[in-house]
Amino acid sequence: MSAPTLAVFKLASCDGCQLTLLDCEDELLALAGGVRIAHFLEASSAVEPGPYDLTLVEGSITTPEDAERIREIRAASRRLVTIGACATAGGIQALRNFADVDEFRRVVYAHPEYISTLSSSTPVSAHVDVDFELRGCPVDRRQLLEVITAFLAGRKPDVPNHSVCFECKQRGTVCVTVAHGTPCLGPVTHAGCGALCPAYRRGCFGCFGPSGSVNLPALIPLLRRDGLDDDAVERFLHTFNAAAFDKELRSP
Amino acid sequence: MTHRGSRVLHVGSLSRVEGEGALRLRVEGRTVTEAHLEIYEPPRFFEAFLRGRSYTEPPDITARVCGICPVAYQMSACAAIEDACRVSVDPVIRDLRRLLYCGEWIESQALHIYLLHAPDFLGRASAIELARTHRAEVERGLRLKKAGNSLMEVLGGRAIHPVNVRLGGFHRAPTRTELRSLSEELKRALDDAWATVRWVSGFEFPDAHTDAALLALACPDTYAIESGTPTVLRADGTSGSFPVRDFTERVRESHVPHSTALHSRLDGHLHLTGSLARFAVGGRRLSPVAIQAAIEAGLGDPREGAVCRNPYRSILVRAVEIVYAVGEALRIVEAYEPPERSFVEVPPLAGTGHGATEAPRGLLYHRYELARDGSVTDALLIPPTAQNQGAIEHDLLRLAQRALAERDPGDEELTALCERAIRNHDPCISCSTHFLDLTVVRTPGGPHA
Repeated sequence: MSAPTLAVFKLASCDGCQLTLLDCEDELLALAGGVRIAHFLEASSAVEPGPYDLTLVEGSITTPEDAERIREIRAASRRLVTIGACATAGGIQALRNFADVDEFRRVVYAHPEYISTLSSSTPVSAHVDVDFELRGCPVDRRQLLEVITAFLAGRKPDVPNHSVCFECKQRGTVCVTVAHGTPCLGPVTHAGCGALCPAYRRGCFGCFGPSGSVNLPALIPLLRRDGLDDDAVERFLHTFNAAAFDKELRSP
Repeated sequence: MTHRGSRVLHVGSLSRVEGEGALRLRVEGRTVTEAHLEIYEPPRFFEAFLRGRSYTEPPDITARVCGICPVAYQMSACAAIEDACRVSVDPVIRDLRRLLYCGEWIESQALHIYLLHAPDFLGRASAIELARTHRAEVERGLRLKKAGNSLMEVLGGRAIHPVNVRLGGFHRAPTRTELRSLSEELKRALDDAWATVRWVSGFEFPDAHTDAALLALACPDTYAIESGTPTVLRADGTSGSFPVRDFTERVRESHVPHSTALHSRLDGHLHLTGSLARFAVGGRRLSPVAIQAAIEAGLGDPREGAVCRNPYRSILVRAVEIVYAVGEALRIVEAYEPPERSFVEVPPLAGTGHGATEAPRGLLYHRYELARDGSVTDALLIPPTAQNQGAIEHDLLRLAQRALAERDPGDEELTALCERAIRNHDPCISCSTHFLDLTVVRTPGGPHA
């Protein structure tokens, strides 16, 4: 039996999530021994056509070309896993969803007519069926390895759906909100980072997007109590998973 | 499937990541009349959505321009906003910032050398393929890269988009024990960095020469990383410098139709930032051990004015820079005493601030205009790859022209030649891979007509 094929594709994003794979220094060569890397431009100039057994996609859909491309990628993939906040929630570039993109174009480019782009940034799942979504800006290295090995072994990935608060407890970090009145999105944010920010004395800022069962409106009064005004609350929620938090706010 | 690739950073839409690239060469007979590196990275509009954000946010937000050099974005953002607010940080915080940046240099330069660039010299498609014949070397590269990441994880929380950086310093200063825990790994990394210098010194380097103006930050007493004065060394040997606040007066950008990246010129000339430029402008400020490494690598003695203008040999300079960055990291780690406070307060101030730092790929400039309440009213980001694109295209034109004049290669050979030439400039990780759809437009007059 030949080794399963792995493909990695990128849409609108920063490259950080595919780099996470290359940051698995201790496991990279072992992983490469267990799969055939058929398409991973960041790592190899050797490219094979599909079908691919497992495809990882980083990035969101922001252009008509990418909307078309993701359909081609889906058709060429037996299993498709999206990695990172861009691919699972539209990413930071989804801030355009709340603004006038024509104005954005004029702000940035001397010749806006050269630039073709959609007015929204959407997750991959808005366009094609997705077998699994891994959260994070960027994704966590350990979770990424877990997802890849799970799919290669034909089992369900062991990726918890609870909030960052659980991870703070596991880590033994004193709650920054309770102890210091620091605004923190931990109670409503998906676990996965290992509760990094509170361990560095800062509030969680929601890199991993909303957790499995979240009551976001209930957190707003606490954020207000801890000193955020309406604009600051909006900014707090409008970063790397803006579209996902926004949805939670409107339909908890 | 379309080929994806060239990540060209871009001002504004700023994707420094793999854009979709294509190269269009126009060949008339045996003359190349046009070389365009076409970039199609989807625009992400950072500069537009930064408007109206709080002045505390750009360090975290702009990090997302680039997963390969997030620290560079965080540092340039902090520098520019602190400049606007007229705040300067304590020496210990400056050292910690430099330390975090060293982590990124080590990680990024090791990544480029081992995973992206070396396979070209050894005729392999990837480091993974290279590992079949050079496993020890690839493992060494990964170990070196990991040392850079470890440093970023301890000090920043994680290697990609670190969470510990804030205006004025850090959310939490590391303990002595935390930093000291890195010593062993860094000492090993120093050996690995030297082995890297020796390894790449043995590669075969084609002849090439860039006459672009070389632009890098310079400091009076150290090799510039997290701050410095923009300094240019021109092809005719003359040099000059200018204050960071004059950056956009000197480096002018224009938007060209074949690219979503903006092209720039320094005083009207093509210019190049990055390792070659840093070595030319500041090489004599390297540490004694890094100068020794440069001499052993065959680059010559920068204290005597040695300059490297062969883009193929940039891999040597990157290797020397790793030796330097590991040494700097060790120096800072061993001298570290935790500061009384991990950050200085940065009260908002209406005005404009400018900041520039040396990302692994070259000079990264940020400019912000702030309102009195600290909200951002305007933002400008000029990444290194956007600056380098013109010089890269010129490089391609000359290389292709020379190849055509010498031996009239077929399309496949020409493609491979151009891809290598682009990877020499490390324009962002995915440029290093297969992304050129070479369109050769030939007009009558040549043998292929």
